[in-house]
Amino acid sequence: METIDIFSYFLLLLLLLSGIKVVTTSNVIHAAIFLVFTLATTAILFILLSAEFVALVLVLVYIGAVIVLFLFGVMITRAPLGPNAELDNDQNKLFATLISLSIFGIFTYILLQTFDSTVVISEGTSTKLLGEILLSRFVFPFELVSFVLLGALIGGITLARKDNALMDEDQI
Amino acid sequence: MSFSSELLIKVLVVLATAPVMALGLTLLEVKGSAWMQRRPGPLHVGLRGFIFPLATAAKYFQKETIIPKDVDEPVFKWAPAWVIAAVVGLFTIIPLSPTLIVRDLELGVFFLLAISSISTIGVLTAGWSSANKFSLMGGLRAAGQLIAYELPLILSVVGVVIQAETMSTVGIVEKQIEFGFPFVIAGQGIAFIIFMIAATAEMMRTPFDMPIGESELTMGFMTEYSGIRFLIFYISEYINLFVMCAIASTLFLGGYHIPLLPTEWVNFYGPLVLIGKTFTLAFLLIAVRWSFPRFREDQLQTLAWKVLIPLSLLNIMVTAIMKVVF
Repeated sequence: METIDIFSYFLLLLLLLSGIKVVTTSNVIHAAIFLVFTLATTAILFILLSAEFVALVLVLVYIGAVIVLFLFGVMITRAPLGPNAELDNDQNKLFATLISLSIFGIFTYILLQTFDSTVVISEGTSTKLLGEILLSRFVFPFELVSFVLLGALIGGITLARKDNALMDEDQI
Repeated sequence: MSFSSELLIKVLVVLATAPVMALGLTLLEVKGSAWMQRRPGPLHVGLRGFIFPLATAAKYFQKETIIPKDVDEPVFKWAPAWVIAAVVGLFTIIPLSPTLIVRDLELGVFFLLAISSISTIGVLTAGWSSANKFSLMGGLRAAGQLIAYELPLILSVVGVVIQAETMSTVGIVEKQIEFGFPFVIAGQGIAFIIFMIAATAEMMRTPFDMPIGESELTMGFMTEYSGIRFLIFYISEYINLFVMCAIASTLFLGGYHIPLLPTEWVNFYGPLVLIGKTFTLAFLLIAVRWSFPRFREDQLQTLAWKVLIPLSLLNIMVTAIMKVVF
């Protein structure tokens, strides 16, 4: 076994352990921090697969923005220090196990069916290739996704802003 | 040389350089403030004030670490580590010359933006885990500010990337050499100003020090920290100052290059040129810090969302149009 293999297995173990800790810990902030570890190890695995762009997007968007907003939200609403009993939910354990196992099964099946052990080697640098494909072959879905995001943005603003008409009537 | 030994040497060099640069900038800051505000201490005491940064560091080393009773201990203890790791990690892409760089990443600029966003987690967890109202308020203000100013920081760099057609930091400098002018003159002047303002806000330096605001929040998210952990926050502030100014010099001011000097000697004068440019920019930020009053929270958010972000979007549009036209 080469060094890189040992390193990969170590990362996978770390990924698994931190993933389990995300769902088992009863402290919201600890869960968020373990999620950072999970995402960071995923990013390192992507770098090992020479997909630097995906790895950096993972760090920028998920660790830098989503987790930060998550922490921000938890702090603004209620920030209990220490474990929170409400987070332990014993009733749904069976369903949760079943659902996660089936998702795991479906993904494994699809990935094995599609790729099995074929090695995909792309010409040129991966980021340049990704950019060219996004703006040529997949330009329509790419633009469509940005419209969906724009819609979500406008929806978010509409829900969050103060309604001036209601404000005048002292209803808020 | 094998990969692992090369990596070890690079890591050791970065770990040695970062604190030295932080010490240099601390000296520049105390000397600058003393010079601007007539403070006798840093100008005359102890070898004309030159051992001042060392004395500060020694003071924090010998102080006792106090951990309050109600804090969330692991989160509280590790919060400074997030901040300093993110800041030191950025040394990877600072080019001292075309070859004197830890790694000339193809996605250099993107790496900068991704890694620098990690330190927000450190600030937020520090504010939350301290179990202190001042800390929590400081953490919340810091988070709001860092989220708001990350956008103009990212967007102002996009103009440079469009003009240089590359995200590699060495590539951007080479493009400026090829062009004959640094990007700050050749079309990205507004982007440079936006970058410097956003970087100042990201560093939480005055006039953007609302999250620390000692007159109302004691020390913001750092209130409960003492001894070596406070020193880590303190030193990472100055390492961040160095990194941000070095990257601004690289992206906008021509980096290690200076006109008229022979390019084959760049490995000798390159580091000196870049550090010179960096310290000049840092002095500018220090002068701003000791001249301007603090922004109010709403003014600070208005500046980011209503002025800087539209301006940087406009800059991207104009740069893209110019790129297509010429």
